[in-house]
Amino acid sequence: MTDAAKPALRKAPDWGRRLVILVPALWLAVFFVVPCLIVLKISLSQTVIAQPPYVPVLDLAAGWPGLRDFAGGLSLDSYKMLGSDWIYLTSYLRSLAIAAMSTVILLAVGYPIAYGIARSPRRLQPVLIMAVFLPFLTAFLIRIYAWINILQREGLLNDTLLALGIVREPVVWLATDTAIIIGIVYSYLPFMVLPLYASLEKLDESLLEAAADLGAPRWKAFWLVTVPLSASGIVAGALLCFIPIAGEFVIPDLLGGSSALMIGQTLWTEFFQNKDWPVASAVAIALLLVLLAPILIYQHVQMRALEDR
Amino acid sequence: MRFEAVSKRFGNFVAVELLSLDIFEREFFALLGPSGCGKTTLLRMLAGLEQPTEGRILLDGLDISGVPPHRRPVNMMFQSYALFPHLTVEANIAFGLKQDGMPKPEIATRVREMLELVKLDGFGERKPHQLSGGQRQRVALARALAKRPRVLLLDEPMSALDRKLREDTRFELMELQNTLGLTFVIVTHDQEEAMTVADRIGVMNAGQLAQVATPSEIYEHPNSRWIADFIGDINLIEGRVASSGLGHTVIESMTGGRFLVAAEATVGAAVAVALRPEKLRIDTVASGASGENGFPGRVTEIGYLGGVSVYKVRLDNGLDMKATLTNHTRLTAQPIAIGERVRLSFAPEAGVVLLR
Amino acid sequence: MRKGPSIFNVTLVALGLAFLYLPIAILVIYSFNASRLVTIWGGWSTRWYVALWHDSAMLDAAWTSLRIAALSATAACVIGTLAAVVLVRAGRFRGRTMFSGMVYAPLVMPEVITGLSLLLLFVALDVGRGFWTVTIAHTTVTMSFVTVVVQSRLLSFDCSLEEAAMDLGCPPLKTFLTITLPLIFPAVAAGWMLAFTLSFDDLVIASFSTGPGATTLPMRIYSEVRLGVKPEINAICTIMIAVVALGVIAAALVGKRREWVGRT
Repeated sequence: MTDAAKPALRKAPDWGRRLVILVPALWLAVFFVVPCLIVLKISLSQTVIAQPPYVPVLDLAAGWPGLRDFAGGLSLDSYKMLGSDWIYLTSYLRSLAIAAMSTVILLAVGYPIAYGIARSPRRLQPVLIMAVFLPFLTAFLIRIYAWINILQREGLLNDTLLALGIVREPVVWLATDTAIIIGIVYSYLPFMVLPLYASLEKLDESLLEAAADLGAPRWKAFWLVTVPLSASGIVAGALLCFIPIAGEFVIPDLLGGSSALMIGQTLWTEFFQNKDWPVASAVAIALLLVLLAPILIYQHVQMRALEDR
Repeated sequence: MRFEAVSKRFGNFVAVELLSLDIFEREFFALLGPSGCGKTTLLRMLAGLEQPTEGRILLDGLDISGVPPHRRPVNMMFQSYALFPHLTVEANIAFGLKQDGMPKPEIATRVREMLELVKLDGFGERKPHQLSGGQRQRVALARALAKRPRVLLLDEPMSALDRKLREDTRFELMELQNTLGLTFVIVTHDQEEAMTVADRIGVMNAGQLAQVATPSEIYEHPNSRWIADFIGDINLIEGRVASSGLGHTVIESMTGGRFLVAAEATVGAAVAVALRPEKLRIDTVASGASGENGFPGRVTEIGYLGGVSVYKVRLDNGLDMKATLTNHTRLTAQPIAIGERVRLSFAPEAGVVLLR
Repeated sequence: MRKGPSIFNVTLVALGLAFLYLPIAILVIYSFNASRLVTIWGGWSTRWYVALWHDSAMLDAAWTSLRIAALSATAACVIGTLAAVVLVRAGRFRGRTMFSGMVYAPLVMPEVITGLSLLLLFVALDVGRGFWTVTIAHTTVTMSFVTVVVQSRLLSFDCSLEEAAMDLGCPPLKTFLTITLPLIFPAVAAGWMLAFTLSFDDLVIASFSTGPGATTLPMRIYSEVRLGVKPEINAICTIMIAVVALGVIAAALVGKRREWVGRT
């Protein structure tokens, strides 16, 4: 404002702020929340051979009677099916078991790496973190595929083991749970290391020195100071891995066997092979219910981590 | 510029409460107070960065309470300087002028003027991170002044500078204000700074103005115990008015002893008498000095500060007092030693009677 | 945490990186294998790259994927940055918890669920599935990642810079464009890259939300891989890795030049 021109003094409009909120909120409502509600609705429908392959179809043009017919047509058949067939229950349990096991292994593998990076020279840290993150930027599918090369019967792992005389016969790696877990740990490692690093990096070296000064041996200082202070990173990393792993499809499909399925594969099969949309939706809703608690905890941790800074 | 019963609340927290204040044209006004007293909030309300919850803020009689910051003829120098790191010094200074759509040649001239004014000619092409702290501070000042605002707001402008630079900058600021003839409002927690630069000081405490007056008035005639205690060093003696006549009052100290001050007060009122340490006289008992308002005691601590020495004295009635003595000559040993018996005295004009 | 690296630390990091990079290195090496049998080393050759060049289906899929990734990453950047601004700057408003819930949920939502739900939405809306539906689906999933990246940069952003701009007479929108955006640009760019990669990489959501005529590269690779290991796949994977590596190096160089950004 120059001294010559006196500005017109008037109030600032508020619609700009509203628009900024509205755009992402609307997008997420339409493409995230509404689809989830549709899944819920279809899980309560029945399968027919038609297009779309389920009844009842909600016809809002039919008005109130249409809505009533729709409500009357809903059924829990798909959920009953989930309960009656062992295949579903076992694949849920299997998914959770594999997810839990992988998460524990990921923590065991990821923590030392994150710890090592956090204690390396400052200048080097961004480079190392980038190095951990880089494989994640090369396609997921490629990384799983790379492991097929290694794990197959005539693959490099068996070649190496035979050459070293550790085993006499080629070991079957592919199509086992071991292969699935190796693939998962390999693919999700950056997701574990990054939150752990974020919490470890903030840790003040002088805290460990103080612990040592007060007479705690190194391992004890680590256990009593470092681990509790990185708890938020541990929780965030574990959930960031556990939740998507439980619904994983590609890794078990490519590295696992065909005998026992993970829930992501079951959903895929119901949808693409059996064309049973209501059951596929019911599988999705049930999975969502199982994962609801971890998802809520993750959101809580995420919000607190971002807003407490 | 006028605040009329302005309040600002953040949730349940009251930052500023029913505050009224006039700031005059071409005045150098300082808002002084401990951290969290609401002085920065007040400044931000002037800039339009915060809106008052209640009350009005008037500029030349116009209510500007709802006007957004970019439409106010008021510019601010931020505590962090807030220099745009991706722009050069020149572009930083030109930023505000560009917003007004000033023609390019004029902008160039004005930027050159400003750089000259803050003695940074030749630094225009640099980026903020290539400057020292003092230079950045000048750029921030030049940027805020470039638009020739009606009022310049300074938020703790010297808190990031070291002591020597801070003292030089104070005088430069005063000179600038003099030459440009602008209204300056400065927020600071450094009382020495406020006393040096300001024509008037508003001392804030807990969201309210405790006293608004010239620096000497605030120092010599504080209006409450809190102000007396906050500004400079002080000895407070609690007491009761025993008798009062024309231009003099006798006060009975709570801890025993009577003394005379040159003031008038209601008989029986509970008051405090404020005494600046430099206005106390300190003599060894051995010297046999006598006169009004004398209290015997013993020196408990001596602090040597270079120009002056501070003596802590425990009076026989139990009060702890502080007195300063100017070190007129180069000392090899203190004239008065720790543990020595002394006599503290003061002139009736030295004491200020505080009712609040 | 500082101090010189101990041998223990170096070993930990080295082992971790070896685990991450060894499989990729093996894959790259084997893409130059002359032998058709993947497991037997037949000498160096580029024949699989030549074969790939003549595989028009694969090239089409790659082109489709590239376009989808670029478009969805750009859209995700715009919406995701807006969402980050809302989360950091809008303060309290009605539905804020709901809003942040919606933003963070796609980060962890299993892909099969997101894919299925989006497909059912597209069916319900009766829109033709293909290029655009995949783009929308990818935008929805990747915008959350952009939000998280931009949000953490915005949180460390010195608000007084914006206040200074407004104080100097710059209206809010212009302030965002001339001050905030240039300064958070590295984060937005990083978010774009992340979104691009996630989209370029995605099999599950694309499989659900696509229709006839729009086959993405991962879908193509997946159908080949299911039939067993093929040397051409090694070749295309190597190319993808090279592209990503070049992108990252370029980004790092740009980042180095812009290092002053973020320092104030």
